[in-house]
Amino acid sequence: MSSSETLGHFGPFGGRFVPEALIGALDELEAAHNSALKDPVFQKELAHLHTTYTGRPSILTEVPRFAQHAGGARILLKREDLNHTGSHKINNVLGQALLTKRMGKKRIIAETGAGQHGVASATAAALFGLECVVYMGEEDTRRQSLNVARMKLLGAQVVPVTAGSRTLKDAINEAMRDWVTNVETTHYLLGTVAGPHPFPTMVRDFHKIIGEEARAQTLELVGRLPDAVLACIGGGSNAIGIFHAFIPDKNVRLIGFEAGGDGVETGRHAATISGGTIGVLHGTRSYVLQDSNGQTVESHSISAGLDYPGVGPEHAYLNDIGRAEYRPITDAQAMEAFALLCKTEGIIPAIETAHALAGAMIVGKELGPESVLLINLSGRGDKDVQTAADYFEIPL
Amino acid sequence: MTTQLEDLFVQTRSENRAALIAYIPAGFPSQEGCKKIIAALAKAGVDAVEIGFPYSDPVMDGPTIQEASGISLANGTGAAEVFSALKSAHDVGLPALVMTYWNPIEAYGVDNFAQEMARNGGSGVITPDLTIEESEGWKSATDGAGINTVYVVALSTNDDRLARVTARCSGFVYAASLMGVTGARTTMSSGAEDLVSRIRTCSTLPVAVGLGVSTRAQAKEVAGYADGVIVGSAFIKVILEAKTETDAIAAVDVLARELVKGVREAR
Ligand SMILES: Cc1ncc(COP(=O)(O)O)c(C=O)c1O
Repeated sequence: MSSSETLGHFGPFGGRFVPEALIGALDELEAAHNSALKDPVFQKELAHLHTTYTGRPSILTEVPRFAQHAGGARILLKREDLNHTGSHKINNVLGQALLTKRMGKKRIIAETGAGQHGVASATAAALFGLECVVYMGEEDTRRQSLNVARMKLLGAQVVPVTAGSRTLKDAINEAMRDWVTNVETTHYLLGTVAGPHPFPTMVRDFHKIIGEEARAQTLELVGRLPDAVLACIGGGSNAIGIFHAFIPDKNVRLIGFEAGGDGVETGRHAATISGGTIGVLHGTRSYVLQDSNGQTVESHSISAGLDYPGVGPEHAYLNDIGRAEYRPITDAQAMEAFALLCKTEGIIPAIETAHALAGAMIVGKELGPESVLLINLSGRGDKDVQTAADYFEIPL
Repeated sequence: MTTQLEDLFVQTRSENRAALIAYIPAGFPSQEGCKKIIAALAKAGVDAVEIGFPYSDPVMDGPTIQEASGISLANGTGAAEVFSALKSAHDVGLPALVMTYWNPIEAYGVDNFAQEMARNGGSGVITPDLTIEESEGWKSATDGAGINTVYVVALSTNDDRLARVTARCSGFVYAASLMGVTGARTTMSSGAEDLVSRIRTCSTLPVAVGLGVSTRAQAKEVAGYADGVIVGSAFIKVILEAKTETDAIAAVDVLARELVKGVREAR
């Protein structure tokens, strides 16, 4: 029996819902990943890239001035924003790029919302000499135009997608169509813990280093585990990356913050677990924003990287078994936290990440000044300067 | 009991010819227009019809079917409209299937969907993104309802898997002729014939070939080695290009008659 019959499920979630044309490639990828996990040469190469290219381990920064607005809790930021290319996305991309080489493929395709995954993919393609095509919703090419220019400078081809809501969901559709057509030569470098098996497991494996480092760093800095670990949720990769090492630590709360847009009650949001129902989207069973006919409902968020009507299946599972909690944060709450971190700590976060910071302002007040909160600072906000300037009416 | 679809293949095999199967999304170009086109297909000699359940994220479809699905969704097509189109095919005597991405079935309720298929005279359902690993519940639902389950196999499907997927099929096996999304192609891929012969070594079911067939010559070529020829995008294209629904029906009639000839002149 092939492992695809037994693996890839998180309780009732996950699995594979894809055309047969992709099964061979998914099996090949799963086999390559499993053998790489056991291959010391592969692991050494990846570790070398982490230290000499990405800049790992990323540091932990305590932010006391920001914490004054969060009930006085001790707040620690895991600085994935300081990674090369400016977000956590590079961890997964370097891992998958090495697997691409291992499988003998010469072309990668990727979807991107905020552009961070696209930039990381274009970067790895340049580093390894791979051809790279990035699919990006037309709406996102507008709101993240700086990242479009970065990808082009790095030698990638950026294809604006004009179908549907012209955001991340539609970029994934187009990438899947490319993959079905060119699967023999092409690896689909999916950027989050969603999609068909083995992506949710594999992408998590490449990101779990975030939590492993942060757990040890927190123990060293404060002498105990944090009370809560917080992260924003798009597809869920930065969150699963920092959560994973803490899952066995039953007293550590794991809290994911989804994009609440204008508010879950308005219907204009991307809070998939808080406001969605169970369904199948992009090859996996999880929570989905959908109508009664199973049609995907368009999501809304000020943050391109969270503007997705699905979520990784492992998060759906962690939610249903009660191990992790998921809460919505509105655009307005996120932008308030964004501005606050800039002014109190001199750190401009990505708007995606600002959702976790807004969450910390709430959770810190709930848990009080004795508590320790660890937040995944998943990315930096350079790409969001235009959006933030518009939002705060700063003339450019 | 056999389905109308199974009876069809018994008949076409006895006539030593392939069946011509047309695809059209429910609610396209309009709810009533779709039913008129189904009636026209029947009159022109098409043997069976696949009713598409339009879906918001059609990752296996090229631009033509994407556009048709978009129009159909804008026309308010949901499960009720799909079953209504299905019934209209049954009413004009055509064996009829539904072709759908998996999520609409799950949203409707797996057992209810299978039951409603049978109640409206449907022979079976084609589920191109349901892998056999995820198909336990669907198998018992469709067994209970007495309808066929058609899975799609690809050029890249290895022999071991081909045996396991075709074992889950009933009615026919859908062989995708090329690696890629739906849409008309100018030439047929050479791999399709090889795939069909690989299927024959592990399954006695009829094999229908789809993806890319659009002309009489292509239909003839495929009908030479397959039990069924499936045409989708080519019909949709002539409907999209027509100025009025009357023109669309006339154009469908012309294309269908050409394809019927192609299928019947193959052997
Ligand atoms: C900085 C940053 N954080 C978070 C996300 C959301 O993705 P995920 O939930 O997979 O971490 C993105 C996606 O673009 C991002 O750029």
